Amino acid sequence: MKLTVNGRDVEVTSEADTPLLWVLRDELNLVGTKFGCGIAQCGACTVHLDGVAIRSCVTPVSAVANRDIQTIEGQATEAGLSPVQQAWLETDVAQCGYCQSGQIMTATALLTQNPHPSDTEIDTAMAGNICRCGTYPRIRKAVHLAASLMAEEQSA
Amino acid sequence: MSETLTPRSLSRRRFVQSSGALLFAAHCPVGLSRKAYAGGTGAMMNSFVRIDPSNVITMLANNSEFGNGAYTVMSMMLAEELDVDYRSIALEAAPTTPEYYSPLFREYLTAGSVTTGSTFMPMRTAGAKARAMLLEAASRDWNVPASELTTGDATVTHAGTGRSATYGELLEAIHRLDIQPPETVTLKDPSEFKILGKPARRYEGAGKVDGSAEFGIDIKLPGMLYGAIARPPVHGGSVVDFDATEALTMPGVVKVKAIRAGMVVLADSYWRAQKARAKLEIEWDRGVNDGVSSEQFYADYRALADTPGLLAEDIGDAIGALDAAEASGSVVEATYEMPLLAHATLEPMNCIAQVEGDTCTIWSGTQYQSNDQEVISRFLGIPQQNVTIHRPLMGGSFGRRSSKTADYTVEAVEAAMGESVPVQIIWSREEDIRSGHYRPLFVHKLRGSVDESGMPEAWHQVAVGQSLMQGTKHDPTYMVRGIDIYSLDGCLQEPFGVFPYGTSYQIPNHRVESHNAPKKGIVPQEWRSVGHTHTGIAYECFLDELAHNGGIDPMELRLRLTKDHARMNRVLSVLKEKCDWDRPLAPGRGRGVASRIYNISPVAQAVEVTVAENGDFTVDRVVCVVDCGFAVNPLGIEGQVEGGLAYGLGGVAFGNIDIVNGEVQQSNFHDYPVMRLPQMPRVEVHILPSDEPPTGIGEQATTPIAPAVANALFNATGRRVRRFPLSSQGFNLV
Repeated sequence: MKLTVNGRDVEVTSEADTPLLWVLRDELNLVGTKFGCGIAQCGACTVHLDGVAIRSCVTPVSAVANRDIQTIEGQATEAGLSPVQQAWLETDVAQCGYCQSGQIMTATALLTQNPHPSDTEIDTAMAGNICRCGTYPRIRKAVHLAASLMAEEQSA
Repeated sequence: MSETLTPRSLSRRRFVQSSGALLFAAHCPVGLSRKAYAGGTGAMMNSFVRIDPSNVITMLANNSEFGNGAYTVMSMMLAEELDVDYRSIALEAAPTTPEYYSPLFREYLTAGSVTTGSTFMPMRTAGAKARAMLLEAASRDWNVPASELTTGDATVTHAGTGRSATYGELLEAIHRLDIQPPETVTLKDPSEFKILGKPARRYEGAGKVDGSAEFGIDIKLPGMLYGAIARPPVHGGSVVDFDATEALTMPGVVKVKAIRAGMVVLADSYWRAQKARAKLEIEWDRGVNDGVSSEQFYADYRALADTPGLLAEDIGDAIGALDAAEASGSVVEATYEMPLLAHATLEPMNCIAQVEGDTCTIWSGTQYQSNDQEVISRFLGIPQQNVTIHRPLMGGSFGRRSSKTADYTVEAVEAAMGESVPVQIIWSREEDIRSGHYRPLFVHKLRGSVDESGMPEAWHQVAVGQSLMQGTKHDPTYMVRGIDIYSLDGCLQEPFGVFPYGTSYQIPNHRVESHNAPKKGIVPQEWRSVGHTHTGIAYECFLDELAHNGGIDPMELRLRLTKDHARMNRVLSVLKEKCDWDRPLAPGRGRGVASRIYNISPVAQAVEVTVAENGDFTVDRVVCVVDCGFAVNPLGIEGQVEGGLAYGLGGVAFGNIDIVNGEVQQSNFHDYPVMRLPQMPRVEVHILPSDEPPTGIGEQATTPIAPAVANALFNATGRRVRRFPLSSQGFNLV
C-alpha cells in the first residue's frame, strides 16, 4: 500500500488494520509520533491527515492510503523550524517532552484553521492532548507566540 | 541509543556521529584517580569532564533526565566554572559504577528532588578543576603568569602576548607537562556568575520540538523483537496453564512463553505482538491478593487508626490536653482517606534487554540504574558489573521509574533470556494503569483542640498505610523504630531519621503515631512528593479545620505557627501579599492556603476557586511562593512549580485507583482522568531570593496544592472533603 508521508511516497507492507501510529513508528522508523494510550484519549500520536489533526493510534493504515500524512518530522523545512516549533523552543515548553510532538501537531492544525485563537479557543482545541508534566501554561503562551510568528511570516 | 548526547537534539543522528567517543568513554577507567590521561578521542580531566582535541567538551552526567531539568542544571554548573556555553557541552551518561553514585543516596539514583542540591558543588568543582589544569598548562607552556590568563568560550587567552589556545589544543601541553588535577580549587563567587541564577532554556529542548529526542520506546536495534505481556488480573497472580495455538498462527509472531510477569508474545512488531496477545487463552492462579478491595483497605485502616500505633513524636502532653478538651466538648476530630494513585507517565513503561552469556545489556528509561543492575545481576546470577545500562530520555517518571523491584526492567531480561536478539517490552496504557505500582492508600485519623485564643493547642495524628521502605534494602535508612519516615513526612514538628526538617509549625502538644498496614494487594511506590501526597492533605486540611474552629484566619494561623521558622514565615508573608489574601471574594468563590516543607525547601500556595451549585469548580488562580535556596535556573524552577502543582491538582481532583475483588477497575485515561489544558489554573510563581545552598523544586509544588484546593472549596461552600479524590465527593474540576 502506498502512503504519502511528509511529502514523500512510501510503500508499506503492514496489515490493513494496523494503526497508522505503528506503521509510522515500526515500519517507517518515524518515532517522533508517540504511543500514549491507544484509544485516542491522550493525543501523543497526533498527525495531520490532509491538514487535519487526527489520532494515528486509532486510524487503520488502510484508511489513509494515498492521502497526505504529515508528522512531526515533516514540520521543519530547509529554512528551519516551523513557527510553532520555534515558539515552543523559545517558550521553553517541554519538560519530559514526550507529548510535545502531539501538542505541536495539534497547535499547528489549530493555527492553520484559526490564525488568532483566543485563550478559550486554545483550551478547547488543545484539550485532547495530555501533558503529564503539566506544561499547560507554557503551551498557552507558545500558541499565542506561534500565532504572532506566523502573522509576521505572512506579512514578510 | 543516545548515550552520547548533544544539546542540539540528543538525536539518533548525533549518536551515529559520535559513537567513537562513546566507546572510548565506556571503556576508559574514569576513576577518581587524580591521573589525567588521554585516549584516542579525548582526555578525562576528572570524573565528570572529558575534553576532546577538537575542543568538544563532554560532561558525564550521573543524574537522569525525565523532565526534571537535570541535564540543564548540571551542564549550567559545569559550564559556569569552565567558562563555556552550557549548550555547547556534549553530554554522556556516566557509567553505572559506584564512583558515580549519588553522594546522598550512595546509589545511582535520581530522586527526591535532590539533583540540583547534590550536584551543585561536585559539578562546579569538576569544571573549576578542569579549568585550573588548562590555565596551568597555558601558563607553563607560554611562560606567563596564570593570573594574567583569561578564559571564555572554551579558550584560554593571554592578553599581553596575544596568545590563545582552545581547551582542546591545550591537551597536548597538559600531557607533555604532566599536569595533575589540583587538590583544591576556588570556585567563583556568586557575584561572578554568568550562567547560574539566570533563566536558561532546557539543555535538550531542541530535540523535544522536532521529534528527534530519543526515548526508550523509540530505540530500534538490529533484529530486535517486540514483546507484549498478558498480565494476571490480580497483582501477584501467575500463569497456571495456557493455549497459544491461535496466537502462534498470527503474522509476525515468533514465540510465546510464560514468565513471572505473565505470558509474553514475541513478534517482529509491537502491534503484531499486541494483537496476538489478545488471542492467548490463559488460566490464571489469582494468587494471594484475590479478593482484596480498596473499601476493605479503608475499613481495616480506619479500625487500625483507632488503636495505638508506633509512636513517632510526643511533644508536650497531647493526650492530656485532648482529655481536658474532651471534658468541655471542644475536641475536633476527623479522618482523612486518600486512595491508591497511578503515576500514568505518558511514555508507558518499556525496556530493551539482551542477554549474552554472562552479560546483560539493557536500554531503559530509569531513575534507578544501580538497583536495576543489582536486581538483574541477582536474577541472572551474574556479576553486577556485567550488567550494562544504556540510558535514553524518559517520557515522565514521577517516581514510577524508581521501581525497587525493577519490575519493568527485569521482566524484559526474563523475556530476552534464551533469545539471540534484543527484546523490547512495551506496556500498553491498560497494563500501566492496572498492573503498575501505586501511591499507597492512606487513612489519617486526627484529633485536635485550640486554646482560649483560638490557636491549636493539641494535635494527635495516627497515620495508617503501606510502608514504602519496610522490608526493602532501604529499611535501615528510612525506617526508624519500625516507622517509615515517608509515611509521616511533613507531619512531625521535629527532624526525624534522615529528614533534617520538621513541619515549620509549633503546636505545644503534638503526638504522631503510625501503623504500617499489611503489605497486600499492590506494590507501593513513591509518587511525586511521596509521603506529602497524603500527609499534606491530612495535615493542612485538619489545620484548616482547627483554624475554623478557633475562629482564626488560616493564613494568619500559619503566620503565627511559623513565627520561629524564619524561612517559612517569610514565604507565607510574601504569599499573603502576592495573593491579595484580604481582598473579599464574590459568593461562590473561595480561597485556601497550604504550606509545606519538602526536602528542606519551604513552599506555600494560595488558590482561588469558583464553585457552581452542582459542585463543578474551577481553580482560577494559584499563587506559589518558594524558597529553594539559590535559584540555579529560575526558568526551570517556574516550569517545575507549574508542572508539579498540575500533577498534584489532577491527583486530588480525580485521581483514583479502585480495587474490587483484587482487580484494578480503571484502565486508561477515560476512567483514570488526568489534568488537561482547560483545567489548568493561572499560576503565579514567586521565587524568593536566597544565598542559601540550592535545594530541590521538582516535587515541592506538588505538596500544597491538594490541601489548598480542598481548603478553598470549604471556604467557598462550607463543605469539608475528607475522602478523596474530590470528584468522589461531588466536586468536579472543570
